[in-house]
Amino acid sequence: MAEFRLPANSKVGQGKHHKAEGGGDIRRYKVYRWNPDDAENPRVDTYEVDMSTCGPMVLDALIKIKNEIDPTLTFRRSCREGVCGSCAMNIDGTNTLACTRANDEVEGDVAIYPLPHLPVIKDLVPDLTTFYAQYASIEPWLKSTSPAPPDSERLQSEEDRQKLDGLYECILCACCSTSCPSYWWNGDRYLGPAALLQSYRWLIDSRDDSTGERLDDLEDPFRLYRCHTIMNCAKACPKSLNPAKAIAEVKKMMVQRRV
Amino acid sequence: MSERELRPPLSRVRGLGSAKDGTHHWWMQRVTAIALVPLVVWFVASIVSLAGADHAAVAAWLTHPLAGLLMVLFLATGFYHLMLGLQVVVEDYVGEGWCRIASLLAVKFACIAIGLASILATLRITLGG
Repeated sequence: MAEFRLPANSKVGQGKHHKAEGGGDIRRYKVYRWNPDDAENPRVDTYEVDMSTCGPMVLDALIKIKNEIDPTLTFRRSCREGVCGSCAMNIDGTNTLACTRANDEVEGDVAIYPLPHLPVIKDLVPDLTTFYAQYASIEPWLKSTSPAPPDSERLQSEEDRQKLDGLYECILCACCSTSCPSYWWNGDRYLGPAALLQSYRWLIDSRDDSTGERLDDLEDPFRLYRCHTIMNCAKACPKSLNPAKAIAEVKKMMVQRRV
Repeated sequence: MSERELRPPLSRVRGLGSAKDGTHHWWMQRVTAIALVPLVVWFVASIVSLAGADHAAVAAWLTHPLAGLLMVLFLATGFYHLMLGLQVVVEDYVGEGWCRIASLLAVKFACIAIGLASILATLRITLGG
């Protein structure tokens, strides 16, 4: 259901201002903070960071803040090169990966919030339980009743393999799904762009013979048809993939099997 | 612990299963949209050409069989398309429960009633009632 106002206990207040010692090339980072243990409302803390000793990416700034200014700041990160998807967050109003978004790409103060419309566990760490369950629900593995060749792998033509390009690269960072208004309002029933792109990845895999059952599972006014081609998903994707196009292809398959 | 925490996430996501429906709704929305392209052009062109005409002139225009046919097609397709679209709006923005069901019924009843009333009015003029 649509919500246009934050609940009373989610209203964001102004937090602490951590001033930089000394001068230099100072940049202000305004970071969303919320601690489940102190029963207080969320707040936005301001950190002044000396850019002359900071790495180029927003994640470098967050790590510098945690190391040198405020060790209580909580965020996920791992690979720091856009492969793991852990550091997905809302930077300067756009869902993206902190490790691949350069500080220079943001003008003025850098506003950093957790991915929108998910329960927050702490600070910039959202609860992705439902998101992962939705991924599991599309059964993201090869389902084939055809026996595998006894002495080789299951082969596919180069053309069939190329159909997986633009799909297999998805790192499940959740930037797309949490940028989608349809997912915000009906995220309990709409599978969201990430899970649907993954579903299409298996629907067009020439080695998979469960296409019909997969389409049956998706054919639902909420699971699939909440997509209204808003395209926020394609705009947000830090890997430059196009989930909206994948969903359109699924809808085409739905019509194709009945006309 | 709340039910939300106890129930496994996959069980919550799978819920009541797939409705095995939705494609007809989506497809009909596209079909009516395509049909409405020429119908809307015809309707707007007709209204513009009738600008300033009195009631008798408009009524006389509608007695032409082709005008009557296109007007009925425009109204039927337009109100069907409107009903499908408003249904999506309600499903998007109104939370599950009685409120959603009541809104969906109101939308469908209103679209069918107003659409049929418009078609009957057109037929009355076209067939010279």
